[in-house]
Amino acid sequence: MKLSQQYVAFTTILTKEFLRFIRIWIQTVLPAAITTGLYFIIFGNLIGSQLSDIGGLTYMEYIVPGIILMAIINNSYANVVSSFYGAKFQRHVEEMLISPMPNYLIVLGYAAGGMARGLVVGLAVTAVSLIFAEPQLHHLLVTLYVVLMTSLLFALGGFVNAVYAKSFDDISIIPTFVLTPLTYLGGIFYSIDMLPQFWQNVSLINPILYMINAMRYGMLGVSDIDIRVALLIITGFVVVLYLFCLYLLNKGVGTRT
Amino acid sequence: MSNALTIRGLTKTYRGGVQALKGVDLDVREGDFFALLGPNGAGKSTTIGIVCSLINKTAGTVEVFGHDIDRDLEAAKSCIGLVPQEFNFNQFEPVVEIVVNQAGYYGIDRKLAYERAETYLRQLELWDKRHVMARELSGGMKRRLMIARALVHEPKLLILDEPTAGVDIEIRRSMWQFLSKINAQGTTIILTTHYLEEAEQLCRHIAIINHGEAVEHTEMKALLMKLHVETFVLDLRETIDSVPQVEGYNLAMLDSNTLSVDISKEQSLNHLFEALSLQGLHVLSMRNKTNRLEELFVRMVEEDNA
Repeated sequence: MKLSQQYVAFTTILTKEFLRFIRIWIQTVLPAAITTGLYFIIFGNLIGSQLSDIGGLTYMEYIVPGIILMAIINNSYANVVSSFYGAKFQRHVEEMLISPMPNYLIVLGYAAGGMARGLVVGLAVTAVSLIFAEPQLHHLLVTLYVVLMTSLLFALGGFVNAVYAKSFDDISIIPTFVLTPLTYLGGIFYSIDMLPQFWQNVSLINPILYMINAMRYGMLGVSDIDIRVALLIITGFVVVLYLFCLYLLNKGVGTRT
Repeated sequence: MSNALTIRGLTKTYRGGVQALKGVDLDVREGDFFALLGPNGAGKSTTIGIVCSLINKTAGTVEVFGHDIDRDLEAAKSCIGLVPQEFNFNQFEPVVEIVVNQAGYYGIDRKLAYERAETYLRQLELWDKRHVMARELSGGMKRRLMIARALVHEPKLLILDEPTAGVDIEIRRSMWQFLSKINAQGTTIILTTHYLEEAEQLCRHIAIINHGEAVEHTEMKALLMKLHVETFVLDLRETIDSVPQVEGYNLAMLDSNTLSVDISKEQSLNHLFEALSLQGLHVLSMRNKTNRLEELFVRMVEEDNA
């Protein structure tokens, strides 16, 4: 395929994915905005007002970046895992598999669709956060990089999950039992400095900790982790997951007999 | 004339050891209307799946218009349009979007994709349904949607895996007309079907697959010539209470106004009619007891199974 044709194929998947989640925005965008609004009210306002500042920031200010990133993570992942598994389940993934479109475009198209939902929901949550806290942006480029790369990373993660999934149960196991605990334990609501040394060390093996701290650095200028290490880890995970997605599709795991 | 499809020594062994294909060789000429027949589980859909790269082959080679699927898969895929046996489109998408998106996967820009979608949806009488969600279409409409989708990138080779299954006779005949038309315009067509009348009427060449092997691969006419005996059903004007005796003909009574007779190639129907007339019996109408290809197909498969 020529480059111009590849561009058409890529935008076809992206447009299809974008329209899919926008058509059902009540299921895809609204719940995240409502849930995070509740987090801001309960944790930020009611409980947070009783807590002392963290690193010179109010508790509400401190939790905003993590909550925005949590919404991006969950939605980027959810979009790809449900859409690609749905395509497998209804077998319309075959529409793409029989076409001359290279496999990497299928991966990137779905990943871009997941990123689009992550970013739309991220914007909605950011808008909700403005009701509760002053907007802050310490480092624009770091914030943008973390938002884009983290949404890409979890969109790719959703793709891997969908490739291996054999039932609808399989697409909810990882988000429920892996993603949610890691996100909550990734320092959204606390600084790991508050933990005993042992649990601080345990926290360091949680990759989401690095993403949340990088986001917090981008928005607020504070982080428990060296920002260079955090960005390196995010980038490394993206590269590894992308190559793994491509390998799965080239081998036909879960898609071809 | 060059080949649209060349298959050599194609084998497929599924995980678990089931050998679906045992060295299939197949040649489909460019411009042909080709029937690929076989009983359920014979290996037809596996063959098609491999050609369309939905199934990984175990061994053998496949070339589509000279493009080897191992070395030049993109070019091979560009030549193929597939209408699969099962509905495999997004049931929650509007009809026109399904067709336009398929064009997009082949790199066709959106404007041209809409123009082509309109052309094929009109030809297949689906244009009025273009904004309807696919799940709301009838079975026949869904089949036609899959044909429109397969044609939107204007493939040189169209593969149809039982396209008329579950479709009423009127729509089936209109689909036959449509397929004949696009074949006449130059599209090579490979058809698998369980309606052997369909294959006999439409196809010029035929292959029969059984137990993962091609047991026949020839011209339709040549194959039908192999049918030595045909069974005809005769509707009589008069009522009979016993089987009339005509020397050299094996007659049987189906009911008081109907006879069946086995006619070999050496025998004459004129002679039979004369003999019946002499006994005061007049034949009002006559038909094949079963479709000729069906009779032959059943015999060949039975022989192969024996």
